[in-house]
Amino acid sequence: MALPAYYTTKDKLWHYAFRVICFAIFFFLLAPILIMIPLSFNAQPYFTFTREMLTLNPDGYSLRWYQDFLASDSWMRSIRNSFGIGIAATLVSTFLGTLAALGLSRSEMPAKGLIMGILISPMIVPLIISAAGMFFFFSSINIAQTYLGVVLAHAALGTPFVVITVTATLVGFDHSLTRAAANLGASPTRTFFKITMPLILPGVISGALFAFITSFDEIVVVLFVAGVEQRTIPREMWSGIREDISPTILAVATILVMVSIALLTVVELLRRRGERMRGLSPQ
Amino acid sequence: MGVRWFYWCHEKSGIPPTHGEISVSASEKRDGFVVFDGVQKSYDGETLVVKDLNLSVARGEFLTMLGPSGSGKTTCLMMLAGFETATHGEILLDGSPINSVPPHKRGIGMVFQNYALFPHMTVGENLSFPLEVRGLGKSDREKKIMRALDMVQMGAFANRRPAQLSGGQQQRIALARALVFEPELVLMDEPLGALDKQLREHMQFEITRLAHELGITTVYVTHDQTEALTMSDNVAVFDDGRIQQLDPPDVLYEAPCNSFVAQFIGENNTLDGVVKEIKGETCIVELDGGEVIDAKPVNVTKVGDRTTVSIRPERVEANKDRLDPEAHTIKAEVKEFIYMGDVFRTRLKVAGNENFIMKTRNAPDQVRHKPGDMIEIGWMPTDCRALDHA
Repeated sequence: MALPAYYTTKDKLWHYAFRVICFAIFFFLLAPILIMIPLSFNAQPYFTFTREMLTLNPDGYSLRWYQDFLASDSWMRSIRNSFGIGIAATLVSTFLGTLAALGLSRSEMPAKGLIMGILISPMIVPLIISAAGMFFFFSSINIAQTYLGVVLAHAALGTPFVVITVTATLVGFDHSLTRAAANLGASPTRTFFKITMPLILPGVISGALFAFITSFDEIVVVLFVAGVEQRTIPREMWSGIREDISPTILAVATILVMVSIALLTVVELLRRRGERMRGLSPQ
Repeated sequence: MGVRWFYWCHEKSGIPPTHGEISVSASEKRDGFVVFDGVQKSYDGETLVVKDLNLSVARGEFLTMLGPSGSGKTTCLMMLAGFETATHGEILLDGSPINSVPPHKRGIGMVFQNYALFPHMTVGENLSFPLEVRGLGKSDREKKIMRALDMVQMGAFANRRPAQLSGGQQQRIALARALVFEPELVLMDEPLGALDKQLREHMQFEITRLAHELGITTVYVTHDQTEALTMSDNVAVFDDGRIQQLDPPDVLYEAPCNSFVAQFIGENNTLDGVVKEIKGETCIVELDGGEVIDAKPVNVTKVGDRTTVSIRPERVEANKDRLDPEAHTIKAEVKEFIYMGDVFRTRLKVAGNENFIMKTRNAPDQVRHKPGDMIEIGWMPTDCRALDHA
């Protein structure tokens, strides 16, 4: 793009300096993540680039850490745990969060601000405090170190995301649509499933994805509440770093980055679809 | 039409009502297809938005509720649709009370102000919705949908989404959706408010044509008096939570029964004065400036009453030959002459009122007054109505 003709030398200098600064910020944010990806293909058990890698010699690269990862029972268990706990916690928090948001959007609901504050408090309270609280509470009711305990703990952390995204979707919801549905003869239940639900679905799904990601990369609560059987991927990585330093972690991290990118892409596509739907309403 | 109503206007005015009866027994009162019987509505438990509403709409009638915003007309419509509950009184549909019937069991069609088309469904699916709810089979549904779409000339649009349609097209679809399940009663809440003038006029015609062809009963809410006058069989003028007058459009315009209605419907000249003499169908009013005019007593009862007389601009006459020789005339000063093509609009100063308008037809012999001219104007005593003092 050509610079405007009226630019002075100083303006031009700034123009380029600005781009350099922006690039530097992106580098700062992304370099630690991106550097893992080539390193995960290292043929040697090091966390540094070998000479072969730097000269792009194919012998310097291998998939051995990925094979290691796939062959390891404890890693496989952690994957099953992460997805199992993540999906179960997502279902619970999506169900509860959507119901809460629907209730909070009704005009006759009293003390909305207070209830909203309580519901989203798990997001605001430092995680270590929630985790410690849950540890003592779950121990006293004997669900610490069980799948149920971890799922409930993660559901509590994920619910605020669902409440917030669904509430935001409902702000733009045209309530004359539910009236129209009633007028056309649909019972409240039918109206909910045929009219309300399809229209707020993008908000529900993006809330569910946030809840899933929250559970998927959560470690603090898992450290407190989970036993050996419930170890998730982050928990397994954590002991991997502390106990045996192996580049398998890099392979796992690369896979997790890919999963996260995929999920966030879905969120973004849904958000766009939601906006298009919103644009469809006549106002 | 079969509307019967019982508003104080006729009793007080002393003029025979143009339709209906003055006193209606309780059983007759409940004869209509839609009946509001002593309905009151309050949102906060203190102020009444609707105060003692009594109204009966006959089968097949097109009734318009007309009034300024906040007059209670939309609340009445919402009570009829079931989205609001009456605080007091009863609403009857075809003889049975519907106060405790939920909205989805009333079977009333409705066109919403913002159309309320379902954005995630196509036009066809929007129309199919009320039919699916009623458990109709696929072929029946398709037949009815096509018929309803053809009725509003939108047959080619069944697969479009509402957002792909213009405002006027969305309006037609909303109308088709309200009619597709063949309700006997259709409610319309300012359905033409968002359309431009030309389209609005066209749709006014379309809606009245459909309503009469299908023989449905229509309750139409608007704040646009032109819409009310051109479309309705009867118009209920709302103000302050009450029906101020309920009459066919021509009666409403020519014989308003109080100052509010006279001011609200059409253009109106007012002059303030005191009643000097009442002789049956005419009375003499002495204006505040001392001038004396003839008027028809509408809701003044005795000599000495303060009154606001109301005269329509097109009933003011400047040509003495067309006036009754006995009629009182009054001096007027021409302030402004506006040429409007089909009519001339002359702004006069009459008895201190500088905004007295006279509308005359553009005819070859019509005088075009100049500002500053002193003229004498008069009117038929029947066109000058002595109303309550506003």
